[in-house]
Amino acid sequence: MMRASHAARVSAESRRAFLRASVAAGGGLLLDFSLPGMLHARAGSPEAASTLNAFVQISNDGTVTILSKNPEIGQGIKTMLPMLIAEELDVDWARVRIEQALSDPAQYGRQVAGGSRATPLNWEPLRRVGAAARQMLMSAAAQSWSVPVSECDTESGRVIHRPSKRSLAYGRLASKAAMLAAPDLAQVALKDPKNFKIIGKSQPGVDNPAVVTGKPLFGIDVTVPGILYAVFVKSPVFGGTVLSANLDAVKAQAGVRDAFVVSGGAVFNGLVSGVAIVGTNWWLVNKARETLQVVWEEGAAAAQSSAGFAKQAVDLSTKTPGAKLLADGDVTQALGAAAQRLEAAYSYPFISHATLEPQNCTAHFHDGKVEIWAPTQNPDAGRKIVAKTLGLTDADITIHMIRCGGGFGRRLMNDYMVEAAWISKQVAAPVKLLWNRQDDVQHDFYRPAGFHFFKAGLDAAGKLQAFSDHFVSFGENGKAAPSADMDNDEFPAKFVPNLEFGVSLMPLGIPTGPLRAPGSNGLAFVFQSFIDEVAHAAGQDPLQYRIDLLGARRQVGAFDTGRMIDVLALVRDKSGWAHRKPSKGSGMGVAFYYSHLGYFAEVVHATVAAGGKITVDKVWVASDVGSHIINPTGAENQVQGSVLDGIGEALGQVITLENGRVVQSNFNDFLLLRMNQAPPVEVHFLRTEHPPTGLGEPALPPVVPALCNALFAASGVRIRSLPIDPKLFV
Amino acid sequence: MQFRIRINGKIREVEADPQMPLLWVLRDLLDLKGTKFGCGSSFCGACTVHSNGASIRSCVTPVSSIGSASITTIEGVAAGDLGRAVQNAWLAIDVVQCGYCQAGQIMSASALLAKNPKPSDMDIDQAMSGNICRCATYTRIRAAIKQAAGMPIADSRDTFA
Repeated sequence: MMRASHAARVSAESRRAFLRASVAAGGGLLLDFSLPGMLHARAGSPEAASTLNAFVQISNDGTVTILSKNPEIGQGIKTMLPMLIAEELDVDWARVRIEQALSDPAQYGRQVAGGSRATPLNWEPLRRVGAAARQMLMSAAAQSWSVPVSECDTESGRVIHRPSKRSLAYGRLASKAAMLAAPDLAQVALKDPKNFKIIGKSQPGVDNPAVVTGKPLFGIDVTVPGILYAVFVKSPVFGGTVLSANLDAVKAQAGVRDAFVVSGGAVFNGLVSGVAIVGTNWWLVNKARETLQVVWEEGAAAAQSSAGFAKQAVDLSTKTPGAKLLADGDVTQALGAAAQRLEAAYSYPFISHATLEPQNCTAHFHDGKVEIWAPTQNPDAGRKIVAKTLGLTDADITIHMIRCGGGFGRRLMNDYMVEAAWISKQVAAPVKLLWNRQDDVQHDFYRPAGFHFFKAGLDAAGKLQAFSDHFVSFGENGKAAPSADMDNDEFPAKFVPNLEFGVSLMPLGIPTGPLRAPGSNGLAFVFQSFIDEVAHAAGQDPLQYRIDLLGARRQVGAFDTGRMIDVLALVRDKSGWAHRKPSKGSGMGVAFYYSHLGYFAEVVHATVAAGGKITVDKVWVASDVGSHIINPTGAENQVQGSVLDGIGEALGQVITLENGRVVQSNFNDFLLLRMNQAPPVEVHFLRTEHPPTGLGEPALPPVVPALCNALFAASGVRIRSLPIDPKLFV
Repeated sequence: MQFRIRINGKIREVEADPQMPLLWVLRDLLDLKGTKFGCGSSFCGACTVHSNGASIRSCVTPVSSIGSASITTIEGVAAGDLGRAVQNAWLAIDVVQCGYCQAGQIMSASALLAKNPKPSDMDIDQAMSGNICRCATYTRIRAAIKQAAGMPIADSRDTFA
């Protein structure tokens, strides 16, 4: 709808960028822009076809419509990205309408909710889009008045000419502006940040009124005429395939229209083997599963279990690592010479994303094309899978990005999208596929478990001289399973003279994938906990020990030690760390972590009661995500939510594998944090000279070790395995 | 079977299996999509509605058990001053992240305030711990409940402030 009217398109190409404007159906200005490549495009480079876009429409009545290009999963992006455009366009936020864009990479570039990347990737380009539109409106006014454009300015949706005290509303100028050559995006003038009126001011979520009144908004709420409902039953053992099923008995159940076997393939993030049941009512087709009997060929994963992996990891830890990630100095020699040596084995379990809205998708296959309504974090990746599986081209597939009831990385995978498309094609009708909670818990792409076997050597002064980690993870042929890898710059790499990281891999038949702050959500726990052990062994203040270990303010690879030292100092001051009083059963712990370009230091105060009951009393967060907090209310909400999410992981979450299948099935055994467990979280943002970066993830990793370190301070018990076992405190 | 049930002040007639949970009657037979499916087993609270003013989990409430009870959903809760006050507090505090649980949260919160107009933080813990917020907006849910109650929003559990 918003792209249908390019009748009067005028385009102008420039060295780095081009803008296209056209008159909208209603006579207003349509503006979309393309930047070849990403942030630092090169003229004439092969990526010239890969573009990053946004979209502005101004109607004659002055209504400004801004398309928000990225999927909304609760991170607030549907509000935040348009703020960047509206700021430079110079309009009142209250008069802006926001619409969700279609999935269309040729128009909009990267449309992914992942990696906390939307802020760093769009901070400047989307402001330039707004500024370019403003410049076109000023040019249009200048022509109307026959005055130099340099004498024009803007104010709240009007172009003004101060010398003659004239002004014109944007709505009056829009069609004229649309006929003008578009300016070079690289050359448009951006506001002095001190004049920002929208950026830096809290703007509540644009969909909040619809949320609180129960309007249909989410994938699960989509409905289309003639819709049928489907469930898709997959093997409880990962990789299992259907040998036979009592389809006739299932088809005889009330509400069931059809039931059929899907052969599927071997790729988890695609269509796998299973039984589809389709009917006129979701509750009835889900109930028909009680009748369904499937004989499964379980496959090789049936031999895998969490207990087996834990034993195998311990066996591997005594052997030479399969690969060395990093070897600085001479760890063996330095450990031998150390005044004090520490060894510790740490581990974290598989965990599930557990979005509260179960996976679902509505698809309508007809006439060789498919229209899809999907709560997805990565629509174009889904399009590719659907195209490949159904034998279509990208152009045959329309994807509406529907608000997601949580993402956390789960919806970067599009298995449910291809299932819906396939089933719709089979039954020749629009189909809403909906997983039940058990499907969701038992068919995830799990945060992989990990096992770390640490050694450290301290000199007589307590200084860390030797450090090694043998990381036992998952993968085959030297390639780690998705999200089961570790970089060679994990702190304290490059901060200890003698340091080794080695990795051994165990073959895995279970799907894994990114969970909020992938990698970091487990690595922060093990590294920042073991560093805490080192600090205590040295008899030093754990917070100051970290600052000393960071050393001089400098750049170490991508990591700026000065920024981390500053957030550690800030959290120390805000939490009253220096004045903490040792009391039986209560204590404070600290941790820091750098991920997704964000610097975070966090302090937790926790209490352990006599029976082992843990209370997290409070969390203090100090962060440096750059020069601007674009939407302060959204930013604080993200940080508080990330921190509480991490506490939930630490306190309760585990996915247990037995015989190749997941033991847990619902929220009675996969435990999410609840109101009575959620402490106050105090959030501080340090403003620095660096470009703003994203907040969907980086606040999470450090809270897990900060909590465990607080529990050590409270009780003397060191948590080396998650989730935290309260029995350890009894 | 034919059922006559009172939803948001109106009598609605539906043809349904007697065991069909109210949740699916609301969502798929009456097209009231505001009430959400989370777990199907009363563990998460996303499906919370009011039955004669008290919160119930519609995902485990068979339509045949409703009888003459008056059911209120998120689409109808603003008909009462309290429900509207809770929704407004949710907007003023900017509680929402993904928003999926929030209908259930608002229904539980308004049922709490109907019984207990000035809840303590302990009361809030007790009344609201059956409602999972996967985004963990608990800090703001707590504040919004107090705001709707006309109380100071400070967290009394925070003894460090």
